[in-house]
Amino acid sequence: MLHHTVLRVVAKLLIPVILLFALYVQFHGDYSPGGGFQAGVIFAAGIILYALIFGLEDTMEALPPGVLKILSASGVMIYAGVGLETMLLGGNYLDYNFLAHEPTHGQHLGIFLVEMGVGTTVFSTMLLLYYAFAGREPGQ
Amino acid sequence: MNLDFAIDILLLGFMAVIAIAVVRMRDLFGIAMLFSLFSLLSAGVFTVMDAADVAFTEASVGAGISTILILATLTRTVREEKPRKSRNPTVPLVVVFVTGALLIFGTSDLPRLGDPTAPIHTHVAPRYIQDSAREIGIPNIVTSVLASYRGYDTLGETTVIFTAGVVVMALLGVRRRRKRKDDEEAPG
Repeated sequence: MLHHTVLRVVAKLLIPVILLFALYVQFHGDYSPGGGFQAGVIFAAGIILYALIFGLEDTMEALPPGVLKILSASGVMIYAGVGLETMLLGGNYLDYNFLAHEPTHGQHLGIFLVEMGVGTTVFSTMLLLYYAFAGREPGQ
Repeated sequence: MNLDFAIDILLLGFMAVIAIAVVRMRDLFGIAMLFSLFSLLSAGVFTVMDAADVAFTEASVGAGISTILILATLTRTVREEKPRKSRNPTVPLVVVFVTGALLIFGTSDLPRLGDPTAPIHTHVAPRYIQDSAREIGIPNIVTSVLASYRGYDTLGETTVIFTAGVVVMALLGVRRRRKRKDDEEAPG
């Protein structure tokens, strides 16, 4: 793993671009193809590329499984929480119109928040799945 | 014959070739790579159909993450498929042909691709297309359907993904691997 100079250099160049592209897909989903699901998968792919080339130990050091477990649950919590918030503000569950004074502004905010939740859950779950499969010692 | 049709035939032809190759091959590593290529080609088919969001998902999930997970699973097993015992292929062949014939028979009842009078285009789709700009106010109708009109479904999907993660954690678990200072060359 330590000798693949070309792979390491190319990965170092590519990984920031992949992560940036994932963020673009996340936050530009209202205007172009994409959204939380795709963004989460691309973000996880960038981290997995890092893990493949620089080793699982370093990756787990930077992104511990415990943190990912919390993130995985908090994504669903964000999504469900938006629904509860709209109920507290007097609407139906997940009726984003009540999130702001203007109904369309509320829709923007609601979609932004739930996409954040989807992206968080998808990213952390995909990475956890990779950890679970790749982290086992051979022959277990 | 227009260009879309020619591209469709080309892509689907490649997919058929890959499917046959996957059936005949024994090398699991090669099969995993071919499956990735299969997903990429189907992403191409979705792009030709102007379903950019679906193509995006297929390319990132099917060609990207699934391949990595299959490869990670491969490191836990052998690389070659076990040789099959030769059995009489008649019964499976009949089952495959009958199922295929039934599926082709079923497609004869489907509306033509892009038919504006098809049930799927006359139910709720016109309302989404006409009112999305006014009610939701974002240009990408796919996102407005996914996150707002069909917000419950997306919440369900997110919960499904979370549940899948929980189940894998429960079955396999994640062992935190720490770097050992005396063993820098440890395979990672």
